[in-house]
Amino acid sequence: MIRFLLLFSRQGKLRLQKWFTPFTDREKKKVIRDMMAMVLARTPRSCNFLQWRDLKIVYKRYASLYFCTGLDDQDNELLVLEVLHRYVELLDKYFGNVCELDIIFNFEKAYFILDEFLMGGEVLETSKASVAVALEEADTLQETMEEYLNKPAY
Amino acid sequence: MSPSVPLQEMIRAIRSARTQCEERGVIQRECAAIRAQFRQVDNGGRSHNLAKLLYVHMLGYPAHFGQMECVRMIASPRYNEKRVGYLGAMMLLDEKQDASLLITNSIKNDLSHSNQYVQSLALCTLACMGSAEMCRDLAPEIDKLLRASNSYIKKKAALCAVHIVRKVHDLGELFAPAARSLLSEKNHGVLHGAVVLITQLCEQNPETLERFRKTVPDLVQIMKSLVISGYSPEHDVAGISDPFLQVRILRLLRILGRNNEAASDAMNDLLAQVATNTDSTKTVGNAVLYETVLTVLDIKSESGLRILAVNILGRFLLNNDRNIRYIAMTSLQKIVGTDHNAVQRHRGTIVDCLKDQDASVKRRALDLSLALVSASNIRSMMKELLIFLSSCPPELKAQAANGIFNAAERYAPSQRWHIDTILHVLTTAGGDVRDETVPNLIQLITNTSELHCYTVHKLYRALLTDISQQSLVQVACWCIGEYGDLLLRGECQETEPVQVSEDDVLDALETVLQSHMSSPATRGFALTATMKLSTRITDNVDRIRSTVSIYGSCIDVELQQRAVEYNALFKKYDHMRAAVLERMPVIEKNSPGHTNGESTGETVKEVKPAKVKQGEPVLPPQPANQVCDLLDLLGSSEEPLQPGPALGSTEPILPVSTAGSAGGDLLDLLGGLEPAPLTPAPSVTVYNKGGVTMTLRCEKQSDTGLLVTLTASNSTDSDISSFTLQAAVPKSVELHMKAPSGDSLPARGAANVTQMVVLNNPNKVNLKMRIRVSYTSQGSAVQDMVQVDSFPGH
Repeated sequence: MIRFLLLFSRQGKLRLQKWFTPFTDREKKKVIRDMMAMVLARTPRSCNFLQWRDLKIVYKRYASLYFCTGLDDQDNELLVLEVLHRYVELLDKYFGNVCELDIIFNFEKAYFILDEFLMGGEVLETSKASVAVALEEADTLQETMEEYLNKPAY
Repeated sequence: MSPSVPLQEMIRAIRSARTQCEERGVIQRECAAIRAQFRQVDNGGRSHNLAKLLYVHMLGYPAHFGQMECVRMIASPRYNEKRVGYLGAMMLLDEKQDASLLITNSIKNDLSHSNQYVQSLALCTLACMGSAEMCRDLAPEIDKLLRASNSYIKKKAALCAVHIVRKVHDLGELFAPAARSLLSEKNHGVLHGAVVLITQLCEQNPETLERFRKTVPDLVQIMKSLVISGYSPEHDVAGISDPFLQVRILRLLRILGRNNEAASDAMNDLLAQVATNTDSTKTVGNAVLYETVLTVLDIKSESGLRILAVNILGRFLLNNDRNIRYIAMTSLQKIVGTDHNAVQRHRGTIVDCLKDQDASVKRRALDLSLALVSASNIRSMMKELLIFLSSCPPELKAQAANGIFNAAERYAPSQRWHIDTILHVLTTAGGDVRDETVPNLIQLITNTSELHCYTVHKLYRALLTDISQQSLVQVACWCIGEYGDLLLRGECQETEPVQVSEDDVLDALETVLQSHMSSPATRGFALTATMKLSTRITDNVDRIRSTVSIYGSCIDVELQQRAVEYNALFKKYDHMRAAVLERMPVIEKNSPGHTNGESTGETVKEVKPAKVKQGEPVLPPQPANQVCDLLDLLGSSEEPLQPGPALGSTEPILPVSTAGSAGGDLLDLLGGLEPAPLTPAPSVTVYNKGGVTMTLRCEKQSDTGLLVTLTASNSTDSDISSFTLQAAVPKSVELHMKAPSGDSLPARGAANVTQMVVLNNPNKVNLKMRIRVSYTSQGSAVQDMVQVDSFPGH
């Protein structure tokens, strides 16, 4: 299973963190520090796989964001590269040409998308279209509720 | 979905803060506002507030006051509030927080909500942060959802069940039947979830594994349809149909086929098909191939299939993509034990990977290369490994050096090659090798007697080039000390001889002794080597004597001790020197317990029989039992010093005695055993200046021995500190100063300082003594000299 998924920028700012196993706050901070230190130190054309403690680390850089995950020993690293790519594609489809600012200003939506794609550290839905449909319907439900209750959007 | 403007405004405000301090200010204000809002009764902006708090939490600021708000929001009937509330629960609450139990009831209600999106929120949260109790409470609900709901919920329930089973192993039994039935679903999401659930159940419980073996044909069928069937746009990734599902099925097949012939047979065809038909131009295809290879190598596959798998790995090794090469080497590492020959075929490519730029690839290549070293390829492999060692990143140096040593030890084709290899490693990575390398190498060298000449020449040359690598320098010093005569002879069959003069050799050793780069252990080696050369060379023995005596006053206690002992060897035991310093016998291979690099030094010392305790006026109570044995050999305990230059002979003692703490205590302990200077022998005042009076009293100890007691007192009004006495006597008289009773003279004669001196006058010459007094009074240092020409009672 995937243990954690972190998104951070080149300057070391965390944009998204998803923990699939219980970590204490101190451990979380340590993991974030270590991941940033290790991944940001890599040269552009290096291998995307690292070893850290007993976990395999797979990271991929998309524009200004680094996507970094920690895996169990059994997991297939090449497949997780595909998982990261699929997530970026989903973000792209949802936001329309996604960039880092989209994820900063709409971080809760990035989480909702992630929750439709991964659950408990495993892939939940393998079809892009199904995820997109589910997200759309959930958003509609949210808006309908809001309109119905006649609360202004802001 | 319309953006939350309050949230976005806050984010904008935080981002526009120019300094950390400003940012903290903005966040503090916002948090205060959020807290105030939380306390208010229901208003429309609750979800916005919580979203703001979650953003602040992600930046790293404390947000625990939002936990109760999450619980309240989850219980709200509005979907937007539930959504943010559950998100908050996943971010702020974990199973260790008490508040997490409070949401169990809400989750339970939401699991049976009419709207599937609400249900999915509950399932997701439970799968993310559900504690063991929550899982136990809600497991029956999940099981219900697994059976009778739409596919959207089924797939989520399946993964939620996986989490539950991970947390509470016993509940595996509950989900097994449902999992079995899910395998006949058509929806890929549900299938994927089912496969993951079955994998988890089988990994945990061997009995369940046995039961699920029956599903192998079904799995093979599903896999076949994925691989063969036509293009399905929904699940296609670069030409592979649903690679995520394929990889999970392959993983499950691996677990089911392990150690089981029947199951392995059933999947042979499928695996062969996948291995040959999968397109390997993109990462996706390679991911599936990789999983296939891992499965083939783990189950009881037929040999043809195994060879196919290893060939795929070989192809991976030649791939341009670094990731593929990395995982190929990781997989080959796993099978290098079992399929050694198959992996050997790819040795060339693996060795090439040692030269790759990437650190991860280098590390894997090193591990694999070391595993592939064998008797037949040792020479070529070692060449490559040594090239690697000279240019490898520092974090891999130690591992590489140790691997090379182990390999050299196991497969060395000849002694000379072995020694050459070790020397090469020491010159390139001497700082990173383990401590036991030095004694191991020395032991190896003594064993190859025919190569002594060659070895010492090579080491001498290495020493001249570079003295910074401590291990190398230590071995070189030892060899030059042992085999210096071979070096000076100048002829050698194995290597080009170099004309080396005795001065050159001594220069080299002195450079090591004086260099600031040398560690104390290395300097010890060099000093001992210099000493050994005194029996091997003919002309420059005086030079050696002076070098050795200089170190008699070195600050380093170890060096000082050695130097003083060697000094004694020159002076008193010259007749034994040749025997003491002759060639070492072949050293037995030490037990693994001897890992200290100093053990060789100790071995050398043990062999020398004349270990004389010099420089200590009394025996310190060390656990040096060998010292006591040796001293019994000599039959005397305290050896008086030869009267060298007056100051020189007393200097080694004074630093010890005026050191203060431990040394002083020891000496004071034994001070009581000395003959008390309270005999009513006549005392004479020998010095009276500046308020300091010194009296002298003599006592005859033996025919030629005399005990002189000097007592000093202070009649001034101020205290005197650092009071020391130094004494010199005529050449034929032996002088031995004991420790003074102290070094401070309090004012007005409140206390005295007593110093005892033992004299031995075998030639019965006229006894004279020159005493130098030095002390500090009222901040200024005073030194004076007095000559005593007549001794009372003598």
